[in-house]
Amino acid sequence: MSIEITLPQTTKPVQNVSGITVRLCGDSGDGMQLLGTQLTNTSALIGNDIATFPDFPAEIRAPRGTRAGVSGFQVQFASHEVHTAGDTLDALVAMNPAALVTNLADLRKGGLLIVNEDSFEDKDLKLAKLKTSPLEDPSMENYRLVKVAMTRLTKEAVAEFGMGMKEADRCKNFFAMGLVYWLYGRGMEATLRFIHGKFGAGSPTVAKANEKALQAGWSFGETIEALGHSYQVDAADLPPGHYRNMMGNQAMAWGLLAASHRSKKDIFYASYPITPASDILHEMVKFKNYGVVTFQAEDEIAAVCSAIGAAYGGQMAVTTSSGPGIALKGEAMGLAVMLELPMVIINVQRGGPSTGLPTKTEQSDLMQAMFGRNGEAPMPIIAAQSPGDCFNVIQEAWMLATQLMCPVIVLSDGYIANGSEPWAIPDVSRMTPIKAEHPGPKTDDNPFLPYSRNELLARPWAIPGTEGLMHRVGGLEKEDGTGNISYDPENHQKMVNIRAQKVENAAKLLPPQQVVGPESGELLVLSWGGTYGSCLTAVQRAQRDGRSVSHAHVRYMNPLPSNLGEILSRFDKVLMPELNLGQFRMLVRSKYLVDAIGLNKVKGKPFTVGEVYEKICELSEASSAPAARPHVAFKVG
Amino acid sequence: MNWIRPTELPHDPNTTQRNFRIELIMSTALPVLTSNDFTSDQDIRWCPGCGDYAILAQMKKVLPEIGVPPEKTVFISGIGCSSRFPYYINSYGVHSIHGRAPAVATGLRVTRPDLSVWVITGDGDALSIGGNHFIHCLRRNLDVNVVLFNNRIYGLTKGQYSPTSVTGQVTKSTPMGAVDHPLNPMMVAVGAEATFIARSVDSNIKHLGYTLKRAAAHKGTSFVEVYQNCNVFNDGAWAYAQDKATREDMTLELEHGKPMIFGKDRDKGIRLNGLTPEVVDLNTSGVKEDDLLFHDECGDAMHAFLLARMRRPDFPEPIGVFRDIQRETFDEAMRYQVQAAVEKRGRGDLQKLFSSGDTWKVA
Repeated sequence: MSIEITLPQTTKPVQNVSGITVRLCGDSGDGMQLLGTQLTNTSALIGNDIATFPDFPAEIRAPRGTRAGVSGFQVQFASHEVHTAGDTLDALVAMNPAALVTNLADLRKGGLLIVNEDSFEDKDLKLAKLKTSPLEDPSMENYRLVKVAMTRLTKEAVAEFGMGMKEADRCKNFFAMGLVYWLYGRGMEATLRFIHGKFGAGSPTVAKANEKALQAGWSFGETIEALGHSYQVDAADLPPGHYRNMMGNQAMAWGLLAASHRSKKDIFYASYPITPASDILHEMVKFKNYGVVTFQAEDEIAAVCSAIGAAYGGQMAVTTSSGPGIALKGEAMGLAVMLELPMVIINVQRGGPSTGLPTKTEQSDLMQAMFGRNGEAPMPIIAAQSPGDCFNVIQEAWMLATQLMCPVIVLSDGYIANGSEPWAIPDVSRMTPIKAEHPGPKTDDNPFLPYSRNELLARPWAIPGTEGLMHRVGGLEKEDGTGNISYDPENHQKMVNIRAQKVENAAKLLPPQQVVGPESGELLVLSWGGTYGSCLTAVQRAQRDGRSVSHAHVRYMNPLPSNLGEILSRFDKVLMPELNLGQFRMLVRSKYLVDAIGLNKVKGKPFTVGEVYEKICELSEASSAPAARPHVAFKVG
Repeated sequence: MNWIRPTELPHDPNTTQRNFRIELIMSTALPVLTSNDFTSDQDIRWCPGCGDYAILAQMKKVLPEIGVPPEKTVFISGIGCSSRFPYYINSYGVHSIHGRAPAVATGLRVTRPDLSVWVITGDGDALSIGGNHFIHCLRRNLDVNVVLFNNRIYGLTKGQYSPTSVTGQVTKSTPMGAVDHPLNPMMVAVGAEATFIARSVDSNIKHLGYTLKRAAAHKGTSFVEVYQNCNVFNDGAWAYAQDKATREDMTLELEHGKPMIFGKDRDKGIRLNGLTPEVVDLNTSGVKEDDLLFHDECGDAMHAFLLARMRRPDFPEPIGVFRDIQRETFDEAMRYQVQAAVEKRGRGDLQKLFSSGDTWKVA
């Protein structure tokens, strides 16, 4: 389908800025997530670096107009490198009073506040539990308030299509989008393509109306006097390459495909719906023509158990969930440890405990991943640091699983899962193979030993159908070598040690820990998982102040990189920001006897750069030239 | 591909059983298998006198007749006495965790059409902790054979009551008697619309062997309940169905297409009075054989439901094949979608996928 696009040019002055943080918020039915995704894609196509933070309620349609129902999407686009969705907002678009009052605190002084003034009537105020209109509040003087009659203007714009009141009203998010596009000099091509792709075939009138609303929003910006100029954010200086916008859950799914391709193993993907992991399932179902079998199981336990069955049969077995589901899978994960079969278990973490905060982010399942099983049941654990990194960690996880013959946990979180960033498209032809082999039919008379070991302590992946290799595996303790049931005390000690050592051997297959900044100094910020962007940006800001601060971001949570203890010993202080009450810190303190300092937050939101930066400032001294520090003399860990 | 292809043969009026030719699909001829080929080197650790021995013996007898070689056979179990079964068969096997055998089997069966998969379970394993997986396996019609050893007790944990224990049963955990109403596995199977439902008795070895073969021949989930005696913790729970003196009066051997007659002298029958079955005396009631309920394995689920409801002491308990119908199997349907997607869109190309949609170049 071809559509004709005539793009208007602004005649108003344009101000060049290096970066913008904008948040779009409204009712969960207002289409804010769609608006945010479009703005993100368009900004990515312009070549800006981007980072996003969608934030929505757990309810599908919370009561209209209420504070509980507010859905928001924040995006930072910049001509420089960005690692977070931004701390404070340059602009806030609020579609109703509830959205305004719940988000205004994040708008910087002098920031641009665009509101849909049609939704500030008495009934709207009542729904938001407000006695007076916040637009009349004296505090509005702190912002550049632009009141737009979006509902009325949208209805007028689409009047020619003869739609019902409701349908016409639904177009107003595109009106808002048009205005934002004008404001930040974003081209409308990609969004027009999206509109026609999504609605064109089924409901051409809706497509035309949305297009009209988008253009009306753009023209409104061009016309009104309140907006004297628009902004321009140039393309970022990203490394050369071919890019696309990538969300965390999508990267996880695509990474699975890459791992499958590299190991020449078809995927058996078993899952039970759970927020915020379900989108991986939704992505995987599209890939049946890649040989992917997806199984929506009857429960979390069936999902992990069916993956174990598939792994026994020689498939690339995967199961995904979030904390509550992982709790249910615990026993079977222990079985996978005992059977020594390769598989990947993905936990997209959310706020807990129990059902907790399903749509909000947290890092509070690290201890669950480490120790959430009965008995000594260690597994390698890798944590993704950003949306695009999900693509890498899942491949590393499958590599470890196959080389060590054990289940591997991948930790993501709600922030990474739904966030997005530019992603350099890899060259598939240059991907290295992942070795995943099975012993062939037995040719001699020696008994087959399913629990014999190679140099990494991995056992052979013998699969049903292979002549002469018949063997039984099970959850009872195995005799070393034969795999027969054994209750022998010495054997149990030996097998527990072997399974633990095998996981430790993962460190031999993984790169050492890197440090950003000086190799030694006053302060090391030690972070893991989805806090990467905030911590890195805060450290960089502190380094520009001349503070002696470095950053080590850990991706391999178990086993920890072999050089980590040595790195820690070179710094006077260690700061560990985590979105939990100090789980990684507990591990680091016990393993390395380092008196690490925590910065802990559990509000369902990522760290702001400012929060980490302030703590860094508290723990380090600003000076123009960072002093060289002597190495700490004693050995730790 | 299926290793076993059952073909129903024309009904022989002189026999009481449905007859099948079970073919093995093989590219090369295999040496003839014997029960030794399926005997593992493991010591059997069931209590002496346990009903499990009889089931193991019958399984090892029929496996060579089914003809799938040991390396293509997989036994998957959960936890409990019965779940030790896989160790004693020389095939591939997974002794998994409590109640989860059907789930483990699902992952294996869906991805490995070349295997013959058996699930061995018990009344606690399948109906209590694993109830969810059990019903979903049946309703999906996964192509596996599920054999449930029902001894109406928890044996491995030494004698607590199970979901099939009778109300009032005094056990180690119910000194004043169990208050639960027992679960009838056959009614669960009918409720889940299982495509193959059968019942047999551990000591009735001929019947058991035949039933296991019928289960193997069925494509889809074959569910077999076996009355199994736990001589240590619940001895005699099925004595009425096992003892030669009583079993002909207390059980009714189902025969496809035949009127439902039972009793030592074959003088009692089951007649349908409206929707309610009743026992009639063929000698005194004047009811003719033709007026009796005829067994139909392929009949409506209602028929299987009636059979499942027939319990002692009001009725003889049916043994044999309650139901045997064909429906697409879950694993086939899953594989078909993959095949159809490849046919329609071609085998996926990663580079194309990565470069699809909106992308941009940085020079």
